Amino acid sequence: MLIRVSTDRPVASSEITPRAAWLNRRDVLGAGAALGLGFAGVSATAAPTPRSPLSTDEKPNRLSDITGYNNFYEFGVGKSDPAANAGRLKTRPWTLRIDGLVDKPADYALEDFLKPLTLEERIYRMRCVEGWSMVIPWLGFPLADAISRAQPQSAAKYVAFETLYRPDEMSGQRGFPRIIPWPYREGLRLDEAMHPLTILATGLYGEPLPNQNGAPLRLVVPWKYGFKGIKSIVRLTLVAEQPPTSWSMIGPDEYGFFANVNPNVDHPRWSQATERRIGEGGLFAKRLKTQMFNGYDSVASLYSGLDLRANY
Amino acid sequence: MRRNFPVWAVYGLGFVPAVAAFGAGLSGLSGPDPIRALEQSLGLWALRFLLAALCVTPLRRFAGVNLLRYRRALGLLSFYYAALHFLAFIGLDHNFDWAEIGREIVKKPYAFIGMACLLLLIPLAATSSNGMIKRLGAKNWTRLHRLVYPAALLAVAHFIFAVKSWPLEPLLYAGAAVSLLALRLAPKKSRSLEQAGNA
Ligand code: HEM
Repeated sequence: MLIRVSTDRPVASSEITPRAAWLNRRDVLGAGAALGLGFAGVSATAAPTPRSPLSTDEKPNRLSDITGYNNFYEFGVGKSDPAANAGRLKTRPWTLRIDGLVDKPADYALEDFLKPLTLEERIYRMRCVEGWSMVIPWLGFPLADAISRAQPQSAAKYVAFETLYRPDEMSGQRGFPRIIPWPYREGLRLDEAMHPLTILATGLYGEPLPNQNGAPLRLVVPWKYGFKGIKSIVRLTLVAEQPPTSWSMIGPDEYGFFANVNPNVDHPRWSQATERRIGEGGLFAKRLKTQMFNGYDSVASLYSGLDLRANY
Repeated sequence: MRRNFPVWAVYGLGFVPAVAAFGAGLSGLSGPDPIRALEQSLGLWALRFLLAALCVTPLRRFAGVNLLRYRRALGLLSFYYAALHFLAFIGLDHNFDWAEIGREIVKKPYAFIGMACLLLLIPLAATSSNGMIKRLGAKNWTRLHRLVYPAALLAVAHFIFAVKSWPLEPLLYAGAAVSLLALRLAPKKSRSLEQAGNA
C-alpha cells in the first residue's frame, strides 16, 4: 500500500501525538514505516497525550484496517479502491471556503486555517450504515472552533459541507455510471455541528490523514452513520434551510438527513440492530449489538421531541 | 480437447474459488472483513456458474460448440455455491441468530429475492440426476428446468438490490443474464434442420 509522506501535509508535526506513543501500544509497523518520516525528531520516550474524556477506551483498529477498508466513492466503489487510487490526489495547496450566513466569510489556505487550532486526539467508534464498525484514533479539533471563528449570523441553522470535485485526481468521479451526483455533500443542524463530540479531523494514529481517509480535512460525527463523515472538505456553508445531502438525494427512503445510529430503525439493505467490528475475530467474528447513537448517549438531548423513526 | 476434458475436472476446478476464498479468509488475506469477502465471493461464483450453464444452449445453437455434457456440472456448481453463500450468511455473517436471519430475509428485499432464487435452484439440483430425468420424463424435466430462467433474473436482481446506488458490475451481470435469456427467444431454425443437426 502506498501512503503519501507526511511532509506533504499541512499539519504541524509538533502538534501531533508522537508516533512512538502509539508504537508502544499498537502494531502500526508496516504503515508506520511509510508514514513516519516527519517524526524523526520525536523522542521514543515521549509521554502519550492525555486521552480526551470524550474518547472511548475500546481498542482501536489496526492502522492497516483503517487505511485499507474505506468507502470513499470518489476513488472507486470497492473497499480497497481508495487505498489504491487516492495517492493521486494533491492535498497541497488546499483551500477551505467558509461562507454563507457568517460575518467573516473567507477562503483559507488550510495551513493558515489550522494554525490557531489545537489538535487533540479523539478515539471514536465509527459505525458504517453497512453494518460494520471500527474504533479510530482521530486527530482533530472541534468543528465548533471553526464555525465560531467565522461568526455565524442568527439566521444560520444548518451547516452544509462539500467535498473536492477534481475528476483528474479522483478516478471515481470519472466513473460510469455516476454513483453520486458530485460533489459529495453533507450537512448538519447547527446544534449538531457545535456539539463537542463533532470534530474536523486532520489525522489519525498521530499522523496526518492518509488520502483514502479524507485528507486533508474531514468531518467526524461519531453518533451518526459513517457516510455523514464527509471527506476532503473544500467548503463549509452556513445556511438557513436543511441542505441537500448526497445519499439522501440518491435514496431518500434509505438515507435520511439525520442518519443517527439507531438499532431500532432498519435499513432496507443492512441490519442496524447488530454490527461487526472490523478486524476482529477473522472468519468467525461475532456480531455486537448496535447501540443507540452509537453509544454516545449525551447527544440524545439534541433530539428531544423529534420522532427519530420519521427523522432517520 | 473438449471431448477429452472430463466432467469431474469441471467439478474439481469449480471448487477452487471456494477453497481459495475460504483459505484467504482463514489466513487473513481477504482484508479486514473476511466474512463479507467470503460471502460476496461465494455469491458471485454462484451467479457466474448459473450464467455459464445458461451459455451452453446458445453456444450450441449459434456457435456450434457443444458443451452439453458439462451443463449439469455448471448448474450444480451454481447451486452448491448458492448453498455455501447462504450458509456463510446464516453461520458466519449472522452467527445462527435465527430471529435476526428470519427478519432479514422477510424484511430486506435483497435477501428475500436471494431466498426466492435459492428456493428455485433446489428442485433443479434435486432433479439433476439421470435417474430423475427418467422418472420425470424428458418433457416434464425440461419444463421444470425452465425455472432456471426466473432464477437467473432473481440472482441478478438480488445483486442489484444488495449494493448501494448503481455501480457497474451488477448491471453488467444483469445485462449478461437478460441477453442469455433473450437469445432463447430467437426464432428457431426449421425443425428439419435442427433435427438433422442433432442426429
Ligand atoms: C437466502 C438466500 C440468500 C441470501 C440470504 C443472500 C445474502 C447475500 C448477502 C448478505 C450478500 C452480501 C451483501 C453485501 O455485500 O453486504 C449477498 C451478495 C450476493 N449474492 Fe446472495 N444471498 C442469497 C442467495 C443468493 C443466490 C441464490 C445467488 C446466486 C445464484 C446469490 C448471489 C449473490 C451475489 C452475486 C452477490 C453480490 C456479491 C458482491 O457484492 O460481489 N445470492 N447475498
